[in-house]
Amino acid sequence: MISASPKPVTDTRSLIGVIGASSVGTLIEWYDFYIFGSLATVLATKFFPEGNPTAAFLSTLATFAAGFVVRPFGALFFGRLGDLIGRKYTFMVTLLLMGGATFAIGLIPAYETIGFWAPTLVLVLRLLQGLALGGEYGGAATYVAEHAPVGQRGYWTSWIQTTATVGLFVSLLVILLTRTSMSTDAFDDWGWRVPFLVSILMVAISYVIRRNMHESPLFAKAKAAGKTSTNPLKESFGNKYNFKFVLLALFGATMGQGVVWYTGQFYAMNFIKTVCNVDAMQTDELMSVALLMGTPFFVVFGWLSDKIGRKGIMLTGMLVAILSYRTIYETMYQTTNLANRQEIPAGLSIKTTTTPDPKGGLLKTTTVTHLYTDGTRLMETTKRAASSASTNDTGKSDVKRSVLLNTSDRWTLIWLVFIQVLFVTLVYGPIAAFLVEMFPVKIRYTSMSLPYHIGNGVFGGLLPAVATYLATKAKEANAVAEKAGAALPYAAPYLEGLWYPIIVAAVSLVIGVVYLSNRAQVTD
Amino acid sequence: MNALKRYLGIVWLALAALTGYFGLFSLGIPKLISDKTDDLVFGIIIVFVLMPIIVGGLVRFGLYALQGEYDD
Repeated sequence: MISASPKPVTDTRSLIGVIGASSVGTLIEWYDFYIFGSLATVLATKFFPEGNPTAAFLSTLATFAAGFVVRPFGALFFGRLGDLIGRKYTFMVTLLLMGGATFAIGLIPAYETIGFWAPTLVLVLRLLQGLALGGEYGGAATYVAEHAPVGQRGYWTSWIQTTATVGLFVSLLVILLTRTSMSTDAFDDWGWRVPFLVSILMVAISYVIRRNMHESPLFAKAKAAGKTSTNPLKESFGNKYNFKFVLLALFGATMGQGVVWYTGQFYAMNFIKTVCNVDAMQTDELMSVALLMGTPFFVVFGWLSDKIGRKGIMLTGMLVAILSYRTIYETMYQTTNLANRQEIPAGLSIKTTTTPDPKGGLLKTTTVTHLYTDGTRLMETTKRAASSASTNDTGKSDVKRSVLLNTSDRWTLIWLVFIQVLFVTLVYGPIAAFLVEMFPVKIRYTSMSLPYHIGNGVFGGLLPAVATYLATKAKEANAVAEKAGAALPYAAPYLEGLWYPIIVAAVSLVIGVVYLSNRAQVTD
Repeated sequence: MNALKRYLGIVWLALAALTGYFGLFSLGIPKLISDKTDDLVFGIIIVFVLMPIIVGGLVRFGLYALQGEYDD
């Protein structure tokens, strides 16, 4: 039974209620999706033991399949449902599915307790998370857009656009708070479960709020008039007129938006952690600050897109990203490069501890701390399996470098990440309204969800793998040239991975400039 | 502008071929024949899921552009 007024909500208070209820649920879904990635290292030790091929297989499936395969599939499955039975009921289901799966991950006993059931259950729940995420975004964006007054869709849907970044921010914050509220051992032992378990409270609150909401007025009107689709998948993708716009939305907008989005947030975070070797906790902190500073601009550019059109803003975001990525990442690299600093010889300190190794025997940990004149510190931690605390070492060493930046350099990195988040807000702020206005009400949920999740899940999700491939190739070519005594072919191999987002965004930019219209395709 | 939209259709078809070649021979197949389990999974996803979506989509897009489907 659908209860709704046939017209979009025009009073601001009701609209704020609609936006709040929709945004909180979507934010929680993003939070749920991200904590798995943010806690991947801990989860690996608990569920996917090293050296076990079956566990490695399940781990890889959980990593790739959730984003690449299941997300677009969720877009099709839930998009169809949303166009058949309504937006409200569909995104209630995705919320419960995501929340339930996240909570359950927090309850699964470790591999050492239940063996292969542990990674298998984690894999199944991770796939359910991907499925739910695939269905959630399109529903929330459509629902809000169909409530918004004429000429203000960009502004009101931009609140939904903030949720992905705020979800990442909240996930980093909850993990940070949990980590700092207990010892490292306690966190590794059971504390990592807290961010997963907390999710159920947030989902319960969001469910109660969403349950009291009305169906989207435009969908309710179409339903009452008998104008909804009977086969949304066929009408979306089997109809040439509509399918050409699905392809245009993908290649002219979401593909470029997806790579800019992933580069500005995840690639930046990974680059700072693994290429610049900045301390993990410091990286999380500076990322959180940059995300917080950038988030209001989603709303600014969403609002602006109502005034001057969506196309120009999104394509400007792609253009500035293409032109500036290499400069930004080179500056990030040089800001953290220890070769640009002077070490204080007297500041060198060495600390050694011996602890029981979980795999048996003893583990000797040696931390060498180097101090630099500008306040930067480098910690080189070597873990070595030892037969005893006092006898000769027997195991292989595992060296980890971690840089703690001074305040000035930390702020330089914050600004550089903030600039990239600004690019994200340009391309992402107006895109929900842009997609909504490309497709008619009766097949909107299905038609807009697929290009969004292929653009983000596939093109964006491929970024780490392709970027790593390109950077590794460049390093290998340099190593071969060095061995042969020839000139190095790549001056900065660590920047080679950026060619992937640059080329993909450039293709999307050209398609967008030539083929996209600045006017809405549909008016309802 | 309509002529440009149509001519560019050839570029998108060429890009589809290039992407397919790179995706299969540089990224997908080397991973499929790798000994590592995670490479194998990724290779299967690239060859059997991602490449058909990306290449197939670009081919259709290029053909539509060539046929003037995006003309004003």
